[in-house]
Amino acid sequence: MPSLGADMEAGTLVEWRVKPGDAIHRGDIICEVVTEKGDIEVESWLTGTVEQLLVQVGQKVPVKTLMALIRTEGEGAAAVPPAPAPSAPAPSAPAPSAPAPPAPTPPAPTPSAPLPAPQPSSERTRISPAARKRIEAAGLDASTIVGSGIGGAITIADVEKAMSASQPAARAESEATSVTAIRRAIARAMARSKREIPHYYLSQTIDMSRALSWLERENSARELPRRLLYSVLLLKAVALAVREVPEMNGFWQDDHWIGSDAVHAGVATSLRSGGLIAPAIHDVGGKSLDEVMHALQDLVNRARSSGLRSSELSDPTITVTSLGERGCDSVMPIIYPPQVAIVGFGRVVEQAWAENGMVGARRVIHATLGGDHRASDGHRGALFLRAVDSLMQSPEQL
Amino acid sequence: MTAIAAAVPPAAMPGVVKTTYRDALRAAHRDALRRDDRVFLMGEDVGRYGGCYAVSLGLLEEFGPERVRDTPLSELAFVGAGIGAAAAGMRPIVEVMTVNFSLLALDQIVNSAATLLHMSGGQCAVPLVIRMATGAGRQVAAQHSHSLEVWYAHVPGIRVVAPATIEDARGMLWTALQDPDPVVMFEHVMLYNLEGEIAETAGATDLDHAAVRREGSDISIVTYGGCLPKSMRAAETLAADGISAEVIDLRTLRPLDDETILKSVAKTHRAVIVDEGWRSCGLSAEIAARIAESALYELDAPVVRVCTVEVPIPYPRHLEEAALPQAASIADAARRLVNHHG
Repeated sequence: MPSLGADMEAGTLVEWRVKPGDAIHRGDIICEVVTEKGDIEVESWLTGTVEQLLVQVGQKVPVKTLMALIRTEGEGAAAVPPAPAPSAPAPSAPAPSAPAPPAPTPPAPTPSAPLPAPQPSSERTRISPAARKRIEAAGLDASTIVGSGIGGAITIADVEKAMSASQPAARAESEATSVTAIRRAIARAMARSKREIPHYYLSQTIDMSRALSWLERENSARELPRRLLYSVLLLKAVALAVREVPEMNGFWQDDHWIGSDAVHAGVATSLRSGGLIAPAIHDVGGKSLDEVMHALQDLVNRARSSGLRSSELSDPTITVTSLGERGCDSVMPIIYPPQVAIVGFGRVVEQAWAENGMVGARRVIHATLGGDHRASDGHRGALFLRAVDSLMQSPEQL
Repeated sequence: MTAIAAAVPPAAMPGVVKTTYRDALRAAHRDALRRDDRVFLMGEDVGRYGGCYAVSLGLLEEFGPERVRDTPLSELAFVGAGIGAAAAGMRPIVEVMTVNFSLLALDQIVNSAATLLHMSGGQCAVPLVIRMATGAGRQVAAQHSHSLEVWYAHVPGIRVVAPATIEDARGMLWTALQDPDPVVMFEHVMLYNLEGEIAETAGATDLDHAAVRREGSDISIVTYGGCLPKSMRAAETLAADGISAEVIDLRTLRPLDDETILKSVAKTHRAVIVDEGWRSCGLSAEIAARIAESALYELDAPVVRVCTVEVPIPYPRHLEEAALPQAASIADAARRLVNHHG
């Protein structure tokens, strides 16, 4: 079970997309899991052949649980599980009480000695209709309830027992896409951030008039669906500024900073049902503005319909939060652990602006940087924000 | 079809009398014959013999051969005559010995009685009451013992009722006679000797609602007719085991009172349907389907049916008993459902 964010503790398998014997490639979607953030498609980190599926549909398992065995090319009897961490710096989710070892090597049982837990049966959990209704209303996880009804079905009495048993303890256990579950996920991540990360804040007012004029000219020549949003310029500027100040990009783990070559920008996206999620647009620095725009639209749509992929949740190397036109002037954002920086943009406002001894009205935006003082210092943070500013003055080069 | 309110006002000091289901039925006939001179009774042996089940004993002497008429042995003919009389303005009560025999009159009931109002563009109502005995338990074998209520409950244009208590035996006939459409009334053969007390002033009862005969919270037993007393005994046994069963007497089999059934299932979340008819395509199937259609998300367990074994009713007593729903098998089914030992 891959970690799909620092706040994820467990996930429930919804569907296997592969079966034993299937050939898979790195990046193929192998299964779908449901987490506090919704339904996520899990991609394989390996190329090879599916040897064995170890987790049943409906089962809820902790992060790092072995879910399947995949035999890689040329590999013999030993099978390698899909590692929860990508090749380099994906964030893993150490439990607060028991931090993960530096290079977690998941146990690789041989197919002859499978884990004891999973049952071979793929039978659906039996839940009476009335019990199912109550489980949904209470936001419980059916896989944690033991059924006592006919054929082991979960009944109202079982649900009520589970509810009274789980009052204080298992509250964090409860699952899925409910608003309360998302709030708890945010609570865990943000509390951890404020508990562990010594934030420093810097701000810079950026003159947006050149960028917006360029954008308006550019858009006037485009069909409606191909028009660009100014937040695409901001995302691209952040990605390019990282090249000058790489300390902003990556993770703080096990007392040291782990950088990332690519900039996977997490885009803070509010969900209609409530709550917030910040999935990644991969390699923003290597994409054209059109490509970033397309990726942004696609990502926001999928985030709001619970169609995100595992890598999008585990990969962000820096987060950008843009309040947009309905926001306020500026934001002091909180870093999403284990990332080391978050850039916030307020809304575009028109204000008096002095330049070359002249005062004029300009459209400006307030950019803020929340930096992890363990990974960088204010001086470097200031260089980074200034770089964003100067990149925004040459929008045509973004 | 309209509901007709009880016509007899309660007396200031209502006395209670001991009676039987049979006597209550006879009282209902006597009352109807007295109150409305358009009412008459006809059927095989209803006059001089006093009726196959002695319901009309003494009525010939009291009301004369014009109003209590013995007929030839032809269900087709005398049911058809009843339909004609009803269409012509009379209020006939036609007695058919058993539902098995009524199949000879099926054409008259289904093709004529049920359709005339429709076929005549609303000009020709058939205010006819057809009474018939139903059910097993008297060792009269397969050709006299079946429960074919559902054959009639299937047909639009007729109302089907099944009095299962002394009050309904006393009260349903008059209300049925007021109905402008044909009413088929099923009297379970094992109920005729049912003894009990009834208010001296007891009169007409409605034909629109199922009745909750016993309140309960753990399981709903939905039944009618001859299975009601068995279900009540089962509920009694279950209560001793700590299971609170609600017993619903359907009373009217067409149209079904969905509301009462669904309300009960919403309360108990479990249902056992007890029907002396066969399971396949039976009334129990219809009720189970309605529960699934309208109360699926209230169910905490599958709907269970206790029906007659799918054989012609056997003659030997032990086999007949084994073929029918019994209080013990009803209680067993309910217990399995509540205690999850399925």
